[in-house]
Amino acid sequence: MIYTISIWAIIIFLTFVVLVLGLSFYFAGKTKSASGYYAAGGHIHWGVNGIAFAGDYLSAASFLGICGMIAYSGYDGFLYSIGYLAGWIVALFLVAEPLKRLGKYTFTDALDARFNSKSIKLTASISTLVVSIFYLIPQMIGAGDLIVPLLGLPHWSGVLIVGSIVIFIVATAGMASTTYVQFIKGALLIVFSTILTIYILNNGLNLNPGGNYHQFIKIGASVDGKKVVGTTDSTYSFIDSYTVDEKLTFVRLQKQGIERWFKLSKDSTSLDEMLSVATLEDGTKLYNGEPQSAAKFFQVGHLTKIIVDGKEVDKTGPLGPFKFLSTLENSELVRFTKKDIKAANTTVWFQTPTSGKDMLSPGLLLKISSKTGASIWDKLNFFSLMLALFLGTSALPHILIRYYTVASQRAARKSTIVAISAIGFFYILTLYMGLGASVNGVLDVESSNMSGPLLAKYFGVGLFSIISAIAFATVLGTVAGLIVASSGAIAHDFMDKFLNMKMSDKKKVKAGKLAAFGVGIFAILLGILFKGMNVSFLVGLAFAVAASANLPSILFLLFWEKTTAKGISWSIVTGILSSVFIILLSPAMYERYGFAKGLAPIPLDNPGIISIPLATIVLVIVSLMTQKDNKNKVENYHNDK
Amino acid sequence: MHRPAIKLDTDHAAVKKSKLGVILFIAYTLVYSGFVFIGLVDPELLGLHVLGKQNLSIIYGFGLIVLAIVMGFIYNALCNRLEDKMNEKKESSI
Repeated sequence: MIYTISIWAIIIFLTFVVLVLGLSFYFAGKTKSASGYYAAGGHIHWGVNGIAFAGDYLSAASFLGICGMIAYSGYDGFLYSIGYLAGWIVALFLVAEPLKRLGKYTFTDALDARFNSKSIKLTASISTLVVSIFYLIPQMIGAGDLIVPLLGLPHWSGVLIVGSIVIFIVATAGMASTTYVQFIKGALLIVFSTILTIYILNNGLNLNPGGNYHQFIKIGASVDGKKVVGTTDSTYSFIDSYTVDEKLTFVRLQKQGIERWFKLSKDSTSLDEMLSVATLEDGTKLYNGEPQSAAKFFQVGHLTKIIVDGKEVDKTGPLGPFKFLSTLENSELVRFTKKDIKAANTTVWFQTPTSGKDMLSPGLLLKISSKTGASIWDKLNFFSLMLALFLGTSALPHILIRYYTVASQRAARKSTIVAISAIGFFYILTLYMGLGASVNGVLDVESSNMSGPLLAKYFGVGLFSIISAIAFATVLGTVAGLIVASSGAIAHDFMDKFLNMKMSDKKKVKAGKLAAFGVGIFAILLGILFKGMNVSFLVGLAFAVAASANLPSILFLLFWEKTTAKGISWSIVTGILSSVFIILLSPAMYERYGFAKGLAPIPLDNPGIISIPLATIVLVIVSLMTQKDNKNKVENYHNDK
Repeated sequence: MHRPAIKLDTDHAAVKKSKLGVILFIAYTLVYSGFVFIGLVDPELLGLHVLGKQNLSIIYGFGLIVLAIVMGFIYNALCNRLEDKMNEKKESSI
């Protein structure tokens, strides 16, 4: 942590939490029946539901993850924005209305409406659980990341606080209160992101991000053959040097007893200062060679050249939204790239000069151009990501259940349009917030997820506290929605329907609350376990699992008469297993296990390209093989044909 | 105990709406695929200036977002018309 705690942040944060809890108490009094618990009684206004949709959807991944990804890797982060929104087209045009016609309380009900099949009940409830848990992990990590700078507490306590509050909300009121929490938070998130963007544009571009910004030094290198042997600056003494990935040379120097890390420049003449975190044998960490309390670890990200109308300037002053982008495209900035030097137990972040042109086109994170050495697998990875984002939205159970909270198909449709407009507008803002964070010296290289809130802090601690509180509420709301969906899968789909436990309405609600409690505890544990992973990347994986496990079933059920119950069940199982299997063997996970990325047996980070077609093929083949089952299917779907 | 959260009336416009949805979905998918296709085949194209001083990435990316919103409104308006027309007609003829 490299920032101080603010009393304002704590006050505003607490006010928020109290407000949210108050709301949930208020609606708790009104929630008595099962349909009230799972589907808010089906009587939420479409406008409220639309913004609540946006609230559900704009999770920690969108605000924290995408902004962070754009700040570190430019346009590649924005690809997530484009894909996440495009997914709503599938939801609106193909899934929303028919699903509303089919559905009762949950996604499993809808899939099973025509079949009344045990195997669908089981597989669909498992799939709801798996997808929701994949989605829960990044939310919990985001919560922990937020709590660190907000309240100065350790990461695990943030996860614990969110988990406990959410369990409380869900266990007291269910869907009605989560809908209103999502509505308030969705609306606030959009309003304050707009305000933040106005600040960014008004601030324009500036070579000097602020009085305290660290000026990175460059010193001469003494090189013997290919080895660095010292520096021309006599105030530093040489300790050792390391070569990583065969092309990067990192040098450890010492000045007045403090170790500092430098990177040898490409032309081997100079050494550029880096950020470093070294872990000592006893587990203590040194930030840039000193204890954390010395505050020598800096927030970074700056411009090195700004060009306006062909002339180099120090700052631009206020810019319009399009002028901001075109000016940035002509400018140059410095990003910071992370590398682990395992032999020295040190992680470094070195300066990577990047042209504005590269920042505003895809390719910095995902290799897609053959000119930069992209292989066929790199290209497939890009394709796979765009496919999973496009198809994932309409397969997310916690989004699907929101269709049951409004009164009619027309209302479901209107809700979706309100949601698409709000979400689309927000996603355009993510580009400005991410780029703003990348050039204003606010980035904490240890936590890309905090880029958005830290940018807000650059403009004032008031804005920071409000934005952080909203981000925290974002996590609360999304986690609540996910837990309602998971508890529905356990109590309603599995216990009530699959095991056929005849439960009274009251018992059903009680079972749901107990299930919510269990899932909540599980989510807390996972959030602590997976600390430090990028939240948007993880949500991308949740999308891939959802698209593989659920989407073929939904689409074929709606558009292919020959779909059978066994076809759906096998497709769900195939989708879950293949996508999770590929994820576990992917380069990103291998890096997480501590192995080299190159050792991963499947060179794909995003599984969709393999698992979605596979689940579809299985559905078609199994359905064709089991056609005779369909003679008995329940025909309550075709009442409108 | 097993009933929909909400009782829905028969919707005579369902088939037509579903066709409309498929057509609009295909149209959007083609535009989206175009973006992915350029990224796969010739990503350098995305850096070229196409409108004002903006590059293709920005124009296409913003365009996909705005197009989704616009198509959403068009779909809603057409569906409302279909529902008003067909449900009213069928009910009065019963």
